[in-house]
Amino acid sequence: MKYFLFVFAVFSSILITAQDCNSILLGEILDFHDNSPLTGATIRITGKSNTTVSKEDGKFSFRNLCDGVIELEVSHPECTSKFVTITIGGDTFQKIRLEHHIEILEEVKVVGDIPTTTNSGQEENLSIKEIERSSGNSLGDALKKITGVSTLNTGGNIVKPVIQGLSGSRILILNNNVRMQDMEWGEEHAPNVDINANQKISVIKGAAALEYGGDAIGGVIVLEPLPIIRADSLFGKTQVNLFSNGRGGNITSSLIKSYKSGLYIKGQGSYKRLGDLEAPDYILSNTGLQEKGFSLNIGKRDFIQGWEGYYSFFQSEIGILRASHIGNVDDLIQSINSQQPNIVNDFTYDISRPNQEVSHHLGKLNYYRRFEGFGKWTLQYDFQKNRRFEYDIRVGEDANKASLDLQLTTHSFLTNLKLDATQGLDVKIGALGRFQSNIANPDTGVRRLIPDYEKFDFGFYAVGDYRLSNSWTLDAGLRYDFSRIDAKKFYRTSRWEERGYDEDFSEIIIEDLGTQLLTNPVFDFHNFSGTTGFNYEINNENNLRFNYALSKRAPNPSELFSDGLHHSAARIELGDLRIKSETSSKFSASIEKNSTQWGYTLAPFVNSIDNFIILEPTEVEFTIRGAFPVWAYRQTNALLVGVDASIYNNWTSNVRTEHKFSWVEGTDRSTDTPLINIPAANLNNSISYTNAKWNNLTISLESQYIFEQTRFPPNIVVFSPQQQQEVVLDINTPPPRYHLLAANTEASFTIKNTNDFTIGLSASNLLNTSYRDYLNRLRYFVDDMGRNISLRLIYNY
Amino acid sequence: MNTIKEFTRKTSLRSIFVLSMLVAIITSCSNDDENPIAVDEEEVITTMNVTLSSTNSGNILLQSQDLDGDGPKPPEITVSGNLAANTTYTGSIELLNETETPAENITTEVSEEATEHQFFFNTSGSITSTTYSDVDVDGNPIGILFELTTGAAGNGTIQVTLRHEPKKPNDGSLADAGGETDIAQSFTVVVE
Repeated sequence: MKYFLFVFAVFSSILITAQDCNSILLGEILDFHDNSPLTGATIRITGKSNTTVSKEDGKFSFRNLCDGVIELEVSHPECTSKFVTITIGGDTFQKIRLEHHIEILEEVKVVGDIPTTTNSGQEENLSIKEIERSSGNSLGDALKKITGVSTLNTGGNIVKPVIQGLSGSRILILNNNVRMQDMEWGEEHAPNVDINANQKISVIKGAAALEYGGDAIGGVIVLEPLPIIRADSLFGKTQVNLFSNGRGGNITSSLIKSYKSGLYIKGQGSYKRLGDLEAPDYILSNTGLQEKGFSLNIGKRDFIQGWEGYYSFFQSEIGILRASHIGNVDDLIQSINSQQPNIVNDFTYDISRPNQEVSHHLGKLNYYRRFEGFGKWTLQYDFQKNRRFEYDIRVGEDANKASLDLQLTTHSFLTNLKLDATQGLDVKIGALGRFQSNIANPDTGVRRLIPDYEKFDFGFYAVGDYRLSNSWTLDAGLRYDFSRIDAKKFYRTSRWEERGYDEDFSEIIIEDLGTQLLTNPVFDFHNFSGTTGFNYEINNENNLRFNYALSKRAPNPSELFSDGLHHSAARIELGDLRIKSETSSKFSASIEKNSTQWGYTLAPFVNSIDNFIILEPTEVEFTIRGAFPVWAYRQTNALLVGVDASIYNNWTSNVRTEHKFSWVEGTDRSTDTPLINIPAANLNNSISYTNAKWNNLTISLESQYIFEQTRFPPNIVVFSPQQQQEVVLDINTPPPRYHLLAANTEASFTIKNTNDFTIGLSASNLLNTSYRDYLNRLRYFVDDMGRNISLRLIYNY
Repeated sequence: MNTIKEFTRKTSLRSIFVLSMLVAIITSCSNDDENPIAVDEEEVITTMNVTLSSTNSGNILLQSQDLDGDGPKPPEITVSGNLAANTTYTGSIELLNETETPAENITTEVSEEATEHQFFFNTSGSITSTTYSDVDVDGNPIGILFELTTGAAGNGTIQVTLRHEPKKPNDGSLADAGGETDIAQSFTVVVE
């Protein structure tokens, strides 16, 4: 690993009475972090032949110097030279502190190839190649390449990541160190991030990264831009992807200007357009998509201090499958039984009802400063505004009115102090304050599914890593979070009584409107979380990690308050005011081997969650428009057990195979029944051929086998008004197993710089297999996407 | 180099200042105690009255009333009496929004927008058939007025569905008509 030497001069010179050209400079070279002396650095006075080397105590000296300004060039065998200006006024003592942990502007741990966020947590990254291949897909689809990550879909374009069986509010998404607040509580709410805005994507499975939040029961997805090189440079990248399925594509472009002073500015923009997607046998009508995104970073990174301003905007308009808009439970029964969509139109790029329009603004300001021999202090403010319109098929005057119009505004302040002065011990303490408000526009003419609310969060934490020996590193962390939600919610009087709230919550009614009640629920949650673990480096190739994480998550607004008919899904969703925080105790371990020849990872986990909040179909409710299935939230004790395993082998220098398997089993311990929406086991095998001599040619073939989920909660029996009898609503039965093939090939060419142009051709669902996935909410209505051939062109400049 | 440092120091001081200003603004803006406005759903149909009359046996009223709309209470279905066997009844439908006082008559709206609405009748058991007695300006059936014929004595069901913006004309089946369901109710009757 190549070091970059960075010199910092402290102006604390001691002045002693001077004689002309008889002064002595006594210097001391110290490590910036822990003030330990640095030996073997070469110090030269520029423009003169005087040269010396720092001794074991870090000291050096020059004699017979004239008073005035001199410049020193300090270098280390492994480092680039650095210059320090010193004023000589008589005998002068000068401390020079060196920082050699810096290679580029970002701080990079020199040990190991991949910087990890946690010491003992299970963590995996996507490579830049993988991100490039997923540039035209959603974040969820890109993350699927990581073992143990699956997705919860509403069609092909609304894709929510699932980590080891958990999704939604149990997963934190950190976009440029800002925790996304984009109504992640809804099953049909995809993360509002542009995958092309961030080229560093990693997943922490579980709550081991406490600094980001104590409620990441499922995990944390960290999205960051690539570190910017501290040099005078201007570079950029443009990528174009074209897709056969959806007959569209996307373009993304970025440009970075950086200066040696550490100043940088980066702009990035993307645009994506897809028409109706296609299943092997029919068009999936109204599944088009339009996405726009841009981001701007400006900042200055210096070793001592730095600041950054970041703004990003993301907007998406997504069509929701027309055939999924059903009238009532009889239509649902009919769809499930017929296995055919009831509406198939000709291909179009137009997006009609039902659809969603979501926009997300994110702004961030941060500042950091390092204090010698102490640590680094960071302060951050971020602002987010998420606006969501959901349009249903409505008739008459309301045809163009949204059925749901929510605006979520969030302000957060974060500060932390990283103490790294003691060798082997890194401690980080931090605090968070957050204010959030949600406004549900009443002009929709539809009763609010999510009420107006204000939410206050306050948290503080301390996490630390201690390097016990060369092979053992221990870590521990503690965190406390307070959260208060203060809502103003209307309840239908009949619902209020049906839920039994008239007995338990009568004091929160602030206005009685006859058929409706205005209530003011205020709930406080105090949550403590903690984590501890170790990382044991058995030798250069083998590693053992163990982590325990205790995390608590306060219920989200949907779990507490949702109440009403989701017209497009034809289901009534009911929250519960009695819902408490859920508590997860997760034990995870991993044993890894990584050598040039072969390697493997075996990572089992056990996650026991008390008061686990689940949404599941319970019954049907009858209205004058027919019967609708009710999906209600309830709490239970759950146990998730699983394993992620992967193995690779380089058969020759050109041929490599990779094999990945993940499995998770979820059980409701109170009723001893399986949990709903737990991803089925899956096995992924791939073989690839690469040859650097032939324009970096890569050819790979991938097989993806998804087992049938055999563990699912029982179906419900409902009364069908059309059939005038009780029938089984086959709403929980998973679809059969399926197998998909994918192929990819790419090569790089040289236009101006070496390998600056890459061309790639990929195909997913190569055999055009008809299948349905258990975790796709549209599986009742249609098959999943058919074959998709994509072409990508990437140019770096 | 010094000027850059100076610049950075100034900038960072400025950003701290901006941040503290933001804190002040946010804390001062967050005390908004106004209550939200209630949403009164428009064009709600709470009640459907189906009147069946024949010269021999008088009027029978089939009523479905759901005052809490999408709320948890199911519609209350009442059938005022038994139908006579082998009889032709003249039927008429009245739709009301009883959340308002006086109740709003939605039937008028349906007949004004007759080209965008149609009632569908599905019968079984001792109800033999239904026929439309009214047409919209395009000559397609509406179903506010209809005729119903009973067969031999026994039990029967009548399902009444109102579709908004169906395909018109259609083959009489719900599947072909499409559109949005405004009403879907069924009545169990005794024919004697």
